[in-house]
Amino acid sequence: MSDESTEVGLPVEQHALPQRFENPGLPEHHPRLTDVDDGAAKRSERIVVVLFMLSALGTIGAIVAYFTVPPGATIASIRLSTMLIGFGLAATFIFAGAASVHWSKSLMNDHEKIEYRHPMVSDTETREQASEMLADGMSDTGLSRRGAIKGAMITAVALAPLGFAVPLIGSVGGDWDISKFRHTMWKKGLRLTHDPTGRPIKASDVTIGSAVHVIPEGLNKLEHPLDEKSKAMVLVIRLDPRDLHEAPDREGWSYEGIVAYSKVCTHVGCPVALYEQRTHHLLCPCHQSTFDISNGAKVIFGPADRPLPQLPITVDTEGYLVAQSDFHEPVGPSFWERLK
Amino acid sequence: MKAIAARRHHRFAPVVLLALALLTTGVLYAAFTPGPAQAASAPTQDDLTAGNNLFRANCATCHGMNAQGRPGVAPSLIGVGAAAVDFQVSTGRMPLMNQGAQAPAKPVIFTEEQIRQMAAWVASLGPGPAVPAPEEVDPAKGDAAQGMELFRTNCAMCHGAVGQGGALTNGKYAPNLGKASPTTIYEAMVTGPQSMPVFNNATITPQEKRDIIAYLQAQKAGSPGGVTLGSIGPVSEGLWAWLLGIGALIGAAVWIGAKSS
Repeated sequence: MSDESTEVGLPVEQHALPQRFENPGLPEHHPRLTDVDDGAAKRSERIVVVLFMLSALGTIGAIVAYFTVPPGATIASIRLSTMLIGFGLAATFIFAGAASVHWSKSLMNDHEKIEYRHPMVSDTETREQASEMLADGMSDTGLSRRGAIKGAMITAVALAPLGFAVPLIGSVGGDWDISKFRHTMWKKGLRLTHDPTGRPIKASDVTIGSAVHVIPEGLNKLEHPLDEKSKAMVLVIRLDPRDLHEAPDREGWSYEGIVAYSKVCTHVGCPVALYEQRTHHLLCPCHQSTFDISNGAKVIFGPADRPLPQLPITVDTEGYLVAQSDFHEPVGPSFWERLK
Repeated sequence: MKAIAARRHHRFAPVVLLALALLTTGVLYAAFTPGPAQAASAPTQDDLTAGNNLFRANCATCHGMNAQGRPGVAPSLIGVGAAAVDFQVSTGRMPLMNQGAQAPAKPVIFTEEQIRQMAAWVASLGPGPAVPAPEEVDPAKGDAAQGMELFRTNCAMCHGAVGQGGALTNGKYAPNLGKASPTTIYEAMVTGPQSMPVFNNATITPQEKRDIIAYLQAQKAGSPGGVTLGSIGPVSEGLWAWLLGIGALIGAAVWIGAKSS
């Protein structure tokens, strides 16, 4: 910058920047009000005493509340009891803490102290001595002469971590069956049933505008029903057939306007089930991905990347809804196996 | 018992026995026979005429003089049943004040009698779900625990875990069920108003509907965990924790660090 004047006419002084900043040191020590005024110190003392007494009262209050307001049986009485005990405990700790802080800030000494860091490195003599000891120890082992010991030791050290690693990997990845991500319980002829009761669903009972939450028949009888439910859960919706636009390769997957889609969002796998029957939009509660049920569950909004997989359905001889097959693609969010 | 045994050969004994047997049968029959499914009396012709007049004055502008609906304005009401009319009008959702994403609940402008008449007239246009009888919506006859399971599966994704409601798309929302009456809840399930899907009596059986109503009524007892913060999940709870909780911690840190005057 030159030393021309600025627009307002003030001269601009030229400063030479120092090579390094000087340590400004501590600011000047100002005595506190409580250091110079005995009255103020007394007041401070009284405040600390009052705060500690409030803390003690809080404890007494909590104990009194425990005995006088028992939890009882109703939700309201449980809430009142826990709330009063909680207020007492909160007062105990908040006022004790405030008293300690106020005490140390206003009455204990406020001398500024500097503690310099000392160098971490030991002096040269100590360091040389140490490396000499290490070298002596090394030559004492005679590793260069005793090859067998060297080999045995390396073997022992190399094997040692396996004692931890094998059980760990064994229990984490005991199941290497990737194909279970690609398939669900659904198969040809398996009935669609109500979640959670397991009642089979008659096609004639699904009126237009209905949304039925569905699990495969027999799911509740499995040993681990949730493992299968998380993949096989389905939403069945009946639309006016005039509103339903089906892809040519999926004609015959629905039954008189009844369609079945996987309830597992293709984004991160939330159960997508907020169905707006007027607009035929199906909304995922987690990240607002929106699928158009009248149009093959195409994504019309949100982070989901693929339409929801459709379950091909039909009816059996008794009029109950059944699956034609499993899903034709893996359900749920993308994973590495989808790549091939 | 001795006295009774001594008189068992009395000449009036068979008569007394017969009378007792008849009385017992009568009492048992009365106790075990289900009451009539429809508590309200059948509408008279006067009701239908009054209902039609109310409809013409208040609803026909949008729904048409014969409730046939107008494309893009209002749906046809033929076959929606009395339950749909009772739901929409007795919660103040209809008549609609203005076109919007959603018809909100408003103060009701009709008497119960007028609503019944309008419902009767609309129900006469085509078969549809009827207004439920009191015992069909009696929460005391439902199992709240079973209702919770059904609510979680069928309702909670939109209305929230305890029926506090939630947002849908483009300004639509699932309303809070805290103030909804058992009858309103039942009618909403069978008619599927606005964005809501239909849950007919095959999808959720009448007993299951009572279970759900019992669960929602149980929520009115309040939350055992203290302040609910709206019961809308982690967003409101997080907001309080981050703004108030962390704000208080920052305040405390500044106070501890400040020099005393």
